[in-house]
Amino acid sequence: MSETQPGHDLPPDDGGPQSRAPHRVIGTPPPAQARTLLGDAPGAAAPEPPRELPAGPDNPARASRAERVIAACFILSMVASIGFIAAYVGLEVHSLDATLRSNLALGLSMSVAFLAMGVGATIWVRNIMPDVTLVEQRHPLASAEPDREEFTKTFTEGAEASGFVKRPLLRRTLIAASVPLAVAPLVVLRDLGPLPGTSLRHTVWRRGTRMVIFGPNTPLRAADFSTPGQMITVIPQGYAENQEVLAKATTIIIKFAPGEIIPRTPDNPEGTVLNWTVDNIVAYSKICTHVGCPVALYEQTTHHILCPCHQSTFNAVNGAQVLFGPAPRPLPQLPIGVDSQGFLIATSDYHEPVGPAFWELG
Amino acid sequence: MSTTTGKLLGGTGRFLDDRLHGARGLRTFLRKIFPDHWSFLLGEIALYSFIILLLTGTFLTLFFQPSMTDVVYHGSYTPLDGVHMSEAYASTLNISFDVRGGLLMRQIHHWAAILFVAAIMCHLLRVFFTGAFRKPRELNWIIGVTLFTLAFTEGLFGYSLPDDLLSGTGLRILEGVLLSIPIVGTYLSFFLFGGQFPGHDIIPRLYVIHILLIPALLLALISAHLFLMFHQKHTQMPGKGHTDTNVVGQPMYPYFMAKTGAWFFFIFGVTALLSTFAQINPIWIYGPYNPSGISAGSQPDFYMGFMEGALRMWPSWHWNVGGYSLAFNVFLPAFLPLGLLITGLALWPFIEQWITGDRREHHVNDRPRNAPTRTAIGMGGVAFYGIMWLEGANDIIASQLNISLYLTTEIARYAIFIGPVVAYWVTKRICLGLQRKDNHLLEHGVETGIIRQMPSGEYVELTRPVSEEHRAVLAARAQRPQIEAPAADEVPARSARGGMGRLRVTLNKVLTESVPLPEGNGHGNGHGNGHAAEPTAVTAGDGHAGEVERADGDGAEG
Repeated sequence: MSETQPGHDLPPDDGGPQSRAPHRVIGTPPPAQARTLLGDAPGAAAPEPPRELPAGPDNPARASRAERVIAACFILSMVASIGFIAAYVGLEVHSLDATLRSNLALGLSMSVAFLAMGVGATIWVRNIMPDVTLVEQRHPLASAEPDREEFTKTFTEGAEASGFVKRPLLRRTLIAASVPLAVAPLVVLRDLGPLPGTSLRHTVWRRGTRMVIFGPNTPLRAADFSTPGQMITVIPQGYAENQEVLAKATTIIIKFAPGEIIPRTPDNPEGTVLNWTVDNIVAYSKICTHVGCPVALYEQTTHHILCPCHQSTFNAVNGAQVLFGPAPRPLPQLPIGVDSQGFLIATSDYHEPVGPAFWELG
Repeated sequence: MSTTTGKLLGGTGRFLDDRLHGARGLRTFLRKIFPDHWSFLLGEIALYSFIILLLTGTFLTLFFQPSMTDVVYHGSYTPLDGVHMSEAYASTLNISFDVRGGLLMRQIHHWAAILFVAAIMCHLLRVFFTGAFRKPRELNWIIGVTLFTLAFTEGLFGYSLPDDLLSGTGLRILEGVLLSIPIVGTYLSFFLFGGQFPGHDIIPRLYVIHILLIPALLLALISAHLFLMFHQKHTQMPGKGHTDTNVVGQPMYPYFMAKTGAWFFFIFGVTALLSTFAQINPIWIYGPYNPSGISAGSQPDFYMGFMEGALRMWPSWHWNVGGYSLAFNVFLPAFLPLGLLITGLALWPFIEQWITGDRREHHVNDRPRNAPTRTAIGMGGVAFYGIMWLEGANDIIASQLNISLYLTTEIARYAIFIGPVVAYWVTKRICLGLQRKDNHLLEHGVETGIIRQMPSGEYVELTRPVSEEHRAVLAARAQRPQIEAPAADEVPARSARGGMGRLRVTLNKVLTESVPLPEGNGHGNGHGNGHAAEPTAVTAGDGHAGEVERADGDGAEG
């Protein structure tokens, strides 16, 4: 690891720790005395034990060069940290541009402060600290046999003294008492939420519920939704801020050209129910039957509805039957009509549950 | 150190030792030996990103409001002015645009989370491939696997907190996954969300799990992980003088402390640098969560990608059994690959021990090539995980490479079975080949590129014997103990009888497959090579020797 630089007169390095100690001028006080952490033992004049780590660097010239570089790194880090504080004080946020400036200044000064410290410390280890390799012996992890026996004996004695082994009545009633105690914490979790009941089977769509466009929340006349190939997302009127309602009731409506829709017949039980359409406008649930993502992508030319999460693909002209992907069943179709003013309405709730499968779905 | 400092330290030391009796133990601590290898730094990255997560996370809790109460936004980010959103989302916008350093802290927190999981994964692979999980470290391995599982759960819950459109979609998928669990799924979902999705409880509940429950578990398990590593002493890579009964390296104080301190600064610095220049999770672009909305190309953080991929590639298995739904199109991909991976990892040390019958303590790691079958199985696992992970981004791959979306899924459906087998086979061949290469080096030495013409007119290339250090690495190929072989009368040993016994013998043959070391290795160099004595001429020149050393390529590690 250590590089020996040609041109410097160094003691031969044979790997032994002692040989790496630099030459000392005779008369230098033994350093061990000055640095005894716990103070000098009174009257101790024992010979100095051999050092494990040399006191000086392998290459003093190189070390003193490195020292200047390290100090520069630390000063750079210090300047950067002060810069960080200055940037915090001096740069306001509260707008996109200001936040960008503040983030750049704070982040850059912080990065420099940390990286300069890291670089400095690394050069320190590599150039100032003498390169040593020490060996430590491992000891078997298993305890000695007598210790194990002693432990077993202690444990057995304790068990016997407690009477746990000899008195089965105590033992069994103690165990019997712990079981309900352990179940109790599970029971108190019951009130985390209401029971599902049949709530997953219904949405708020009713006969006469107006559809409003998701976003602007304006109702829509069938006559205004007239370009074949269009798809828009609609929600039941009055529920724009109710996420539990939207999570089930969000619906897509698609306008088809006449004759494009493949009707449900005895031979094609998955087809679109024509009675539930108005003017070639079909409504399907937007909640994917896989895991509930909104099926937001519609390809006009192929009439494919695609879920962007896991790519379940549904055939819009044929009752949203599954063409590809992990969804197990078609998107449910919502029966729709128009009210007296020509606005699109639902004519009932969905006839089957929307969204992902659940145990009770059947 | 000046005398004054010495006295001061001496005084403090005496004060503490008088009360704590720490001198002896602390001295051992200071002289604890840490072996050196670049791959040992991976676990430290995980540790330090965890510390960064604690620091930045604490800052974020000071400003974040874990509430799903509907508010109308009127803050500094004008594009969303007047928009309905949850308080959680509004406070995340506030942290990003109205708290000085808030955006930086958010980005460091997110980048550190990604680094945390990624470092855990790399560290786990390092430990697996070098056999560092072997006795006596099986317990620490299991703690590590638990930490891995906790880490990505913690990540999932954390990035769900801002209640933006992307993470809300993730929670919607979580709801679908819960609903798919047979019998109790609907109840679990209603209890977690406090009713129907999304409800008003999920963010506060995830918050307390994210900032209290899982961090406390992580902290406790990381402490146990480090304590066990410390107590059992670190493993070391093969090298000259490295044995199962010693640790060779540099002492904790001052070397390891300084090096690991520097490493912490580097990791914090790099995370800060990423957070300065690489935008992450810009929730203001995604917008607040709404169950009716979604954006194309939705991707979870990378560590959830394999689950996402499993969901994407699984067939639409759904059966109605007696009036109830078996939603195996969701339940199986959500739990089966994850379960296989975690269980397989946790049990592997014990499976390997049963197959090899090796119950010795191991403190010198294997080079991955020297355990060809284990390495091959590991790469099979990596391929299994990697294919799911890639499939989790199949829409991005399809649009970037301009190939059919459905084709990527079809390929993944086959690749998930073929890929691991191919990875296993290729890895095993590579390992055995590398072992033969090592044998060649041991037997014939390093090629020097120096061609010499013999008096007979023949041309030969000089070789140089490998150095002592390098030889120690190359020859570190433990002969694995054979489980009881049949006796002379061909009657199988007791443990090799019966179905399980025969299975064990077969597996043992596969698992211990390895190229034997050349005969007499460690002494004769280049026997059968008439020019073994020549290399001395080459090693004489100092600079020249360095050149030759470099050409050798596979030098002893650091």
